[in-house]
Amino acid sequence: MPDGSAVATTAKPGLTVRLRAAGPIPLDLDLACAPGEVLALVGPSGAGKSTALRCLAGLHRPETGRVICNDAVWLDTGTGVDLPPHRRAVGMVFQDYALFPHMTALGNVAAAMGHLPRGRRHDRARELLTLVRLSGLEERRPAEMSGGQQQRVAVARALARDPAVLLLDEPFSAVDRATRRQLQEELAALRRVLSIPVLLVTHDLEEAAALGDRICVLHHGRGLQTAPAAELLARPVSAEVARLLDLRNIFRGKVERHDPTSGVTLLRWGERTVRAEHAPAFAPGETVDWLVAGAAVIPHPQDLSTACKGENSVVGQVSALVGLGGAMRVTLKITSPEGGTLSFDMPLHAARTAGLVVDKKFAVALLRDGIHLMRQIPTS
Amino acid sequence: MDWTALRLSALLGLCTLAILLPVAVWLGRSLALRRFPGRAVVEAAVALPLVLPPTVIGFYLLVAFGGRSPLGQGWQAVFGHGLAFSFEGLLLASVLVNLPFAVQPVQNAFAAVPKELREAGAVSGMSPWSVLLRVELPLAWPGIATAAVLSFAHTLGEFGVVLMVGGSIPGETRTVAIAIYDRVQAFDEGAAAAMSAVLLGVSMVALGLTSILSRRVGRRTVDA
Repeated sequence: MPDGSAVATTAKPGLTVRLRAAGPIPLDLDLACAPGEVLALVGPSGAGKSTALRCLAGLHRPETGRVICNDAVWLDTGTGVDLPPHRRAVGMVFQDYALFPHMTALGNVAAAMGHLPRGRRHDRARELLTLVRLSGLEERRPAEMSGGQQQRVAVARALARDPAVLLLDEPFSAVDRATRRQLQEELAALRRVLSIPVLLVTHDLEEAAALGDRICVLHHGRGLQTAPAAELLARPVSAEVARLLDLRNIFRGKVERHDPTSGVTLLRWGERTVRAEHAPAFAPGETVDWLVAGAAVIPHPQDLSTACKGENSVVGQVSALVGLGGAMRVTLKITSPEGGTLSFDMPLHAARTAGLVVDKKFAVALLRDGIHLMRQIPTS
Repeated sequence: MDWTALRLSALLGLCTLAILLPVAVWLGRSLALRRFPGRAVVEAAVALPLVLPPTVIGFYLLVAFGGRSPLGQGWQAVFGHGLAFSFEGLLLASVLVNLPFAVQPVQNAFAAVPKELREAGAVSGMSPWSVLLRVELPLAWPGIATAAVLSFAHTLGEFGVVLMVGGSIPGETRTVAIAIYDRVQAFDEGAAAAMSAVLLGVSMVALGLTSILSRRVGRRTVDA
């Protein structure tokens, strides 16, 4: 038995985590990450992402929890198992890298090879430094390297002990934009040769979407939803998740009735009725949050008077126009009692053709299949 | 020049370091990294020799070493002679009096090692012992060396406490600082001047080393 840890009752390859704590840093999180999978933990700062990662590494102890990696129990507060960090097979990249300043790049990597015989360490460290494209810089000290080079040393050191899990705590936050993109590409390439679970903590949703197979959205230590990026953006489970993902066009309505034959659920929205895709999971009379994807907000081809009769047409007054490259981000203040604003992108030329200016009245249609209903989660 | 006294002082300094440094590393590191109840009391107790008159310290040590204290009785029973007015008693006193000079630089040096480096060592598979030897000590050594230099120089110069607990027994407790005093009392200004010059030189070198080392501590941690 490696490290003398107990065998898990349910041996599942990869990492299985359950963390609970009331305070001072609250945690309520269940995670699973398969070998070769990259799971990104995203959330605003203070959401508990780093704390969760530290629980896995053994640097922080939750009130109750279980951390099981392959067949080894690292933490089980129920049975009193709590392995110290050096006996958990984790590799970790710290936000500021935490390289040993008195050691060379090679020394830093070799320092994490206590499991190898002394004579093998330097050869293996050289291999890893080559893997992260640092060959030739073996004898440099951290202070003599750029931020990007230091980050690569940190990655090589994290891999040096042949970890069963790789933990990355905001690994790209301390470098400039251009270096960040390059390091992200390198990590994407690296993960293809890794067959271990990788956990990536980031506050950057784009980074999480680019590198993660699945994303776990955290807020106040709670895991709100775990899903692939596309699904998360199209179908967030709650308005809270939608807001954390920076989605717009979130409204409140009430389910009026279902019409299974035409595949429609009718939604009462102020004085309007919105026709959404059939969503039988929601009961008639239930108050729901709903959102419409920006891409499903379509400028109405007809003039304002006929537009009002079309499906899900909404008339509003342009309140802001922001040019973003080839597109124009339009914010529309809805001119009816339910109020609120709609935000969507339009090709620049289409916006010009439509003669969009601030304060102009404008009609749009909400595509039925871009409307997503979310259950209201009672706030405790 | 009283060579016996000089040799005795050097021996006392080295023996003090041999005992004091491990204690100071353990105590200084604990004070720097751990939060435990009574930490402020321990810190104050360590600093006490800085503010107490040497005669007061000497008096209490003399009482503690004497035949009526458990320590003095125990020592007598085991070694067959009293602790007061012996080299061993002088050594013990020297270790205690030098605690602040050794603990404080060590404490500062360990406090300057970033917490992430210790954590990085642990997640790199190093045991706590290995983290201490391979990460903390290499980064904190200038502070430890400063502690050694300061303690050694201070041991050579200690006068009041030595006079109180050691007296002035040649070859046993008469250190160079006591010898200088004796020579002045005997109007032997030549010998007093020579020995004073030696102590002055040692102190200058010690302070020079300390200032070089303390600059190193800063540079190391900025690199991190």
